Amino acid sequence: MSGRVLVGVKRVIDYAVKIRVKPDNTGVVTDGVKHSMNPFCEIAVEEAVKLKEKKLIKEVVAVSCGPQQSQETIRTALAMGADRGIHVDVSGKDYENLGPLQVSKILAALAKQEDAQLILLGKQAIDDDCNQTGQMTAALLDWPQGTFASEVSLEGDKINLVREIDGGLEHIKINTPAVITADLRLNTPRYATLPNIMDSLMNNETELHKPNHRTSLCVGLIPLFETVAPEDMQGGTDRSGAMLRHTVLQSGKPKRIILSCLCI
Amino acid sequence: FICEGVSLGEAVREQHGKDESVHRCRPPDVVVFPRCVEEVSALAKVCHKHRLPIIPFGTGTGLEGGVGAVKGGVCFSLRNMEQVLDLHPEDFDVTVEPGVTRKALNAYLRDTGLWFPVDPGADASLCGMAATSASGTNAVRYGTMRENVMNLEVVLADGSIVHTAGKGRRPRKTSAGYNLTNLFVGSEGTLGIITKTTLRLYGIPEAMVSAVCSFPSVQAAVDSTVQTLQAGVPIARIEFLDDVMIDACNRFSSLSYPVTPTLFLEFHGSEQSLQEQVKTAEDITQSNGGSDFQWARDTETRNRLWKARHDAWYAALALRPGCKAYSTDVCVPLSRLPQIIVETKEDLIENRLTGPIAGHVGDGNFHCLMVVDPNNPEEMHRVHLFTERLARISLVFLEDCRHPSSRSLLQG
Repeated sequence: MSGRVLVGVKRVIDYAVKIRVKPDNTGVVTDGVKHSMNPFCEIAVEEAVKLKEKKLIKEVVAVSCGPQQSQETIRTALAMGADRGIHVDVSGKDYENLGPLQVSKILAALAKQEDAQLILLGKQAIDDDCNQTGQMTAALLDWPQGTFASEVSLEGDKINLVREIDGGLEHIKINTPAVITADLRLNTPRYATLPNIMDSLMNNETELHKPNHRTSLCVGLIPLFETVAPEDMQGGTDRSGAMLRHTVLQSGKPKRIILSCLCI
Repeated sequence: FICEGVSLGEAVREQHGKDESVHRCRPPDVVVFPRCVEEVSALAKVCHKHRLPIIPFGTGTGLEGGVGAVKGGVCFSLRNMEQVLDLHPEDFDVTVEPGVTRKALNAYLRDTGLWFPVDPGADASLCGMAATSASGTNAVRYGTMRENVMNLEVVLADGSIVHTAGKGRRPRKTSAGYNLTNLFVGSEGTLGIITKTTLRLYGIPEAMVSAVCSFPSVQAAVDSTVQTLQAGVPIARIEFLDDVMIDACNRFSSLSYPVTPTLFLEFHGSEQSLQEQVKTAEDITQSNGGSDFQWARDTETRNRLWKARHDAWYAALALRPGCKAYSTDVCVPLSRLPQIIVETKEDLIENRLTGPIAGHVGDGNFHCLMVVDPNNPEEMHRVHLFTERLARISLVFLEDCRHPSSRSLLQG
């Protein structure tokens, strides 16, 4: 057992940013917009670092697929406690077409190359909400998967996992090596502290990899036709005989909740 | 006449006429939603010409009735100005607009290793915090807004735009000129509308650990506080809760701390420095009869502990459903703190008042959260007299007494 954990981290538009659609409807505005690590990936990194602190695993390797800026995301992971980073360089058209299938092929190849015992991912990215990469990676490697994990504990060469599912909580036990995807309540990620950020800037712990175009990037591409913003809300109408409750929530963005009861 | 940035709607006006205090809603005549400082200035000019009162509104989370339009007028709701501008991580400063709240800023900063530590209970607008000179549990180590606002952009009543430390300037210290910045900090919206604030940031501590310590008496708890500070421990948070408050918190937040005077403590620093700080603090509390520390090391447990403290307001309210709460806010020299808290508790018991006490004892500051039935004039009168007595005793102790609930009772 290598004791090595691969953690996938994705660079996405920060969750607090108001998304705007480009005027030509080809996508959303990303230039000059604040980006950060996908929140579910932060949870995955935190879990990996916690496992290392408990001495259950030996090394945490953060992986990100994307352009030059993905290195910032890897540095955040290093500042949180990851040991090494791998930046898989994907840019331009390839980056626009990069989706779960391509990423999972890359992760599967890296897992074999690095002799990983565990792959930890966020359950989904907040930009595409696909929730596919973990599952696809497990299928490509023929490894067991524990998705939507809210509790993870290692027991010898097995993993006890609690999954958040529609019916409640599911307890499973899977063999290693395995793929786990992190759900919201798995942990509260630590902040990267200033000394650790400075360290990660100075030490060059990140390797650069170029993915294989033919096998990874050019298969299963999904064409994107149009990106459209949702319509503006229209006012409600007063239906006589029915009860309307009109509420404006105070959290900075007005929302209208209109409940109506049928007249008796 | 309907247009996007202006509202005459009753529900919107009512929403902007009250905050989280007990004071009744005093709605403005109209609410405007400017999107930039130029719009604020133009609107202010209009109000100035027609002699209309102006009420700035951030998040409406104040506890002192500051947004009530007692003479009607125009409420400037600044929530659409919500940009974080000009972050300089190397210089430890950032400039924000009024719509940015303290939690939103800290979420924005999380990748930089920096944070803004001033933490009043609510998730308040940072410009609003500047206007009210907010404090919080972290003040004992990091200071209040007065120490952490470096520059302000303010629109005055006639529409002129002023930069209190110079436009775009962010010196960490200055000996030049009048301190206009600190004139506006704490002016409670009476001198101008704050449209930008430049804040001093700090590095996120490498490690944090919190602890709860129970004491046999108020004197023991406050003595421990004073001695810890005298020992030079750079403690980050040191909060006092009396037995009534702890009981309320236990019930509200489903905790089970012993119902006696208690200190909630937090230490920030490197792992080594934490060990030293904790050892010194433990020695002191034990010598005062304090219990063993109940620890909270990981983020989730620590957050739960401080949430229980920050929820004190709601916990106090929950003691008597249907009642309202006034908060008193008194600051005295540290050495007088045990005496004033003990005397206050005696006064409360003697006058049959519900007043759990929670306080930033590290600053000599404590709040008495008076829970009172607004429909019982006799009880309201007893509360009024109590707060007057409290204000007088603290003045006798020759220290700052900020007692807005009593002031507004007198005014309103």
